[in-house]
Amino acid sequence: MISQPLRNNAGQLKVSVWRGDESGGRHVDYDVPGLESQTVLDVVTWIQRHSDPSLSYRFACRVGMCGSCAMTVNGVPRWTCRSHVRDVARSNLLTIEPLRNLPVIKDLACDMSAFFEKWDDAMGRFHPTATRGDDVEPIRPGSIGRREADAGIECINCAVCYSACDVVAYKQDYLGPAALNRAWTLVNDVRDAARGARLRAVASDAGCHSCHSHQSCTTWCPIELNPTASIAGLKRQSALAILTGKISLDDE
Amino acid sequence: MLFLAQRISALIMAPLALVHLVLIVYAVQGGLDAQEILSRTRGSIAWATLYGLFVIAVSVHAAIGLRAVGQEWLKLQGTLLNVLTWGSGLGLPLLGFRAVYAVVAG
Repeated sequence: MISQPLRNNAGQLKVSVWRGDESGGRHVDYDVPGLESQTVLDVVTWIQRHSDPSLSYRFACRVGMCGSCAMTVNGVPRWTCRSHVRDVARSNLLTIEPLRNLPVIKDLACDMSAFFEKWDDAMGRFHPTATRGDDVEPIRPGSIGRREADAGIECINCAVCYSACDVVAYKQDYLGPAALNRAWTLVNDVRDAARGARLRAVASDAGCHSCHSHQSCTTWCPIELNPTASIAGLKRQSALAILTGKISLDDE
Repeated sequence: MLFLAQRISALIMAPLALVHLVLIVYAVQGGLDAQEILSRTRGSIAWATLYGLFVIAVSVHAAIGLRAVGQEWLKLQGTLLNVLTWGSGLGLPLLGFRAVYAVVAG
């Protein structure tokens, strides 16, 4: 498919990159040669290798699996390794900034600590019911719970949804779409032993009931997951668990 | 637990709001004047219950909603946030029950 050599036939790109750190920064303009097939990550890499080696950014796999390279491109959070310039540039103009809702370390690299700590807060870890001595539990792929879990399981933790979420911007302690989506996959996993504790964790003030269903997470998720639907599921299940006395929020 | 109160109040409020809207259209289409409406509502326990419940549901729902607006948009917290919540939670039923009283007992 990519047998043709890349050609410099797309003109010059005018790229405005946010440079700075936690204390502040500004946009710096770069001219980058446009190529026929070129991702936003290619553009950032070109700038670092040919214009300014001090530019900091984060990437790893370059093929949309690791979730490292998300940035704000022309105002929208995107996975840059799979975002083609021709799809996102406006009149050969690109503005590239760090993700919103996360503290900047330097230039385009954000501190992801809070994002991953919230996974823990939402009990995003699997709590097994079996030991390695037990047989593997048969799971029917067509069962309702497994289908719900499968719908959200492919999250790559890129934080695009977290950056797109207005509620995260409003409430700093809000767990956010990725952590809640992860919790929903585990709530639906019959092998998991911590369903009640997890529902209790996500029903806190900073949890799923703070979501206003703006659906920005679903709109911009690069792999087209639907965290809003996962959060809606958590809202239903946690409310039901409280009403039926299965969990209690009293000792919060 | 506020989220639960907000959802339950929404469940109560939604059908009552529809009844209220249908009633408005019915009264206007039927050409009822104020006296005719009051003659039907005064002394009616059914209308008092319906609108009384409506006022309670609206007050709970709006107070919690305004609390979220105050918290998220106005960045209120602590005493100010509680004043907004309780102010709207107590002020709305005051206004609402005054209107219900006027219609069913005044």
